Amino acid sequence: MKRYSAFAIAREALRHHTGWERAWRSPEPKAKYDVIIVGAGGHGLATAYYLGKNFGITNVAVIEKGWLGGGNTGRNTTIIRSNYLQDPSAAIYEKSRSLYETLSQDLNYNIMFSPRGVLMLAQTQHEIRGYKRTAHANALQGVPTEWIGPGKVKEICPIIELNGPRYPVLGGLWQARGGTARHDAVAWGYARACSDMGMDIIQKCEVTNVRTERGKVVGVDTTKGAIDCDKLGGVVAGHSSVLAEMAGFRLPMESVALQALVSEPIKPAMDIVVMANTVHGYLSQSDKGEMVIGGGTDAYNNYTQRGSFHHAEETVRALIETFPMLSRLKMLRQWGGIVDVTGDRSPMLTKTPVEGMFMNCGWGTGGFKAIPGSGWAMAELMAKGESPLTDEFSMWRFKEGKFIDESVAAGVAH
Amino acid sequence: MLILDCPCCGVSGEETEFHAGGEAHLKRHSVGSTDDQFEEYLFMRENPHGVHLERWRHNNGCGKWFHAARCTTTLEVFGTYSAQTYEPPQEIKDAISARRPGWSWRNFS
Ligand SMILES: Cc1cc2nc3c(=O)[nH]c(=O)nc-3n(C[C@H](O)[C@H](O)[C@H](O)COP(=O)(O)OP(=O)(O)OC[C@H]3O[C@@H](n4cnc5c(N)ncnc54)[C@H](O)[C@@H]3O)c2cc1C
Ligand SMILES: [Zn+2]
Repeated sequence: MKRYSAFAIAREALRHHTGWERAWRSPEPKAKYDVIIVGAGGHGLATAYYLGKNFGITNVAVIEKGWLGGGNTGRNTTIIRSNYLQDPSAAIYEKSRSLYETLSQDLNYNIMFSPRGVLMLAQTQHEIRGYKRTAHANALQGVPTEWIGPGKVKEICPIIELNGPRYPVLGGLWQARGGTARHDAVAWGYARACSDMGMDIIQKCEVTNVRTERGKVVGVDTTKGAIDCDKLGGVVAGHSSVLAEMAGFRLPMESVALQALVSEPIKPAMDIVVMANTVHGYLSQSDKGEMVIGGGTDAYNNYTQRGSFHHAEETVRALIETFPMLSRLKMLRQWGGIVDVTGDRSPMLTKTPVEGMFMNCGWGTGGFKAIPGSGWAMAELMAKGESPLTDEFSMWRFKEGKFIDESVAAGVAH
Repeated sequence: MLILDCPCCGVSGEETEFHAGGEAHLKRHSVGSTDDQFEEYLFMRENPHGVHLERWRHNNGCGKWFHAARCTTTLEVFGTYSAQTYEPPQEIKDAISARRPGWSWRNFS
């Protein structure tokens, strides 16, 4: 692999850009791999990357039914933060956020991490207490966040209306090192690095069956034929229940549509990320100038990657009270993704009833921020059979009542 | 946008008139049940790619609960039926079979 650098740009400029290589190979599948990862979203690719980088396991295939990064990884609003409430969450989300800080250098691929700061607004008394509690929990966890008053909110976000008639802004939880990144680049950067380590990324290849012998996984059937493996990682987000069914077990999870929309591009108006959980909306401005807006999920099971119109309408209607200038903007595009929601709004990084098969799923509405940390932890789980970062995230915690309840920290989709 | 027919009051309305209530025909395990049974009831879900039987409430209407048979990959509604039953009635099963031959959901087909 030729490295990307300022020198490479200059060299290519002088020879009419004829020397750029493809970022990753597109091989045909081999008969057998040590590890197969199903799903080339951010989490699947990051899992493969850290299997190679941290454990030297490179006889790996990542199998993707569509195009890599075409699932939720390429559909999300890219908010990165780690100000969760529970200790196991803080551990994996902060690991992830800190890996994002140097991911561009690590991958030699500009993922445009922009730690512009994330502000979660408190618009009710209940939220004030909730966020102060989170700030204290974060202090104990070593995650720098702070509670700020309305004056500071207005200072860092001048377009905000503090005195909304229904939901005045009473303060907020501020994480200065949260922010955004370029979602496609995260998938592409990991894919390029995996391919460079000799891993095969096989796109347009759907896994249709999981083959087991005496309770142990032996391979998968795909639209490109049967492929054997010693270990299997299922990292397919909204389709996790479908993959689990192929392997003969069920998951405590439901798949629903979450949508986002962007406005026409405008001049720089807001240089932070704002989340307003009470009115159920969140907002940032992309480098192109579009206001990127997200809201809540639909309530019913759905695999269509389309959200319902009234949800988009509710999100925008709620946000314009706090951001009146938005009412003048035209909305350009809207899209949806199918998110995998668990009962406690926390993910599962887990062994399964099938020996040798692991699942990494349940990231629901908020897993973009977790991609590097999740890949790191899942690789350790798959290579060693356990990881301190995944211990608490087993699929059996629901039976044991050991929830990692983030339904407050995750309040709105994120 | 989904259009549902409320079998309780007969009104046909679009989805903003209703509230989705999750998977239907769950067994509501209670006092004296095992951890496995509670997990089944509270957390384990079919989450099918295809035919789904689910609960809805006509909350901006008559306020009553009912059941719907719907496809999660096309959003087609095959029919709605009373919630006072352990199993979809034959005409609902037939309506699903007409559109999805060979369908199954838990032990119904
Ligand atoms: C509108 C929206 C906004 C969001 N906003 C945020 C946000 O601001 N911040 C945040 O942190 N998170 C956010 N999220 C959540 C985040 O996008 C996801 O949690 C994350 O991208 C999941 O990554 P993944 O790799 O697990 O899944 P995906 O990127 O969905 O990848 C799974 C892949 O598996 C493939 N697959 C499925 N079944 C099969 C099969 N049988 N065979 C082969 N391949 C298969 C799919 O094609 C897909 O490419 C948002 C999500 C949505 C939809
Ligand atoms: Zn009714």
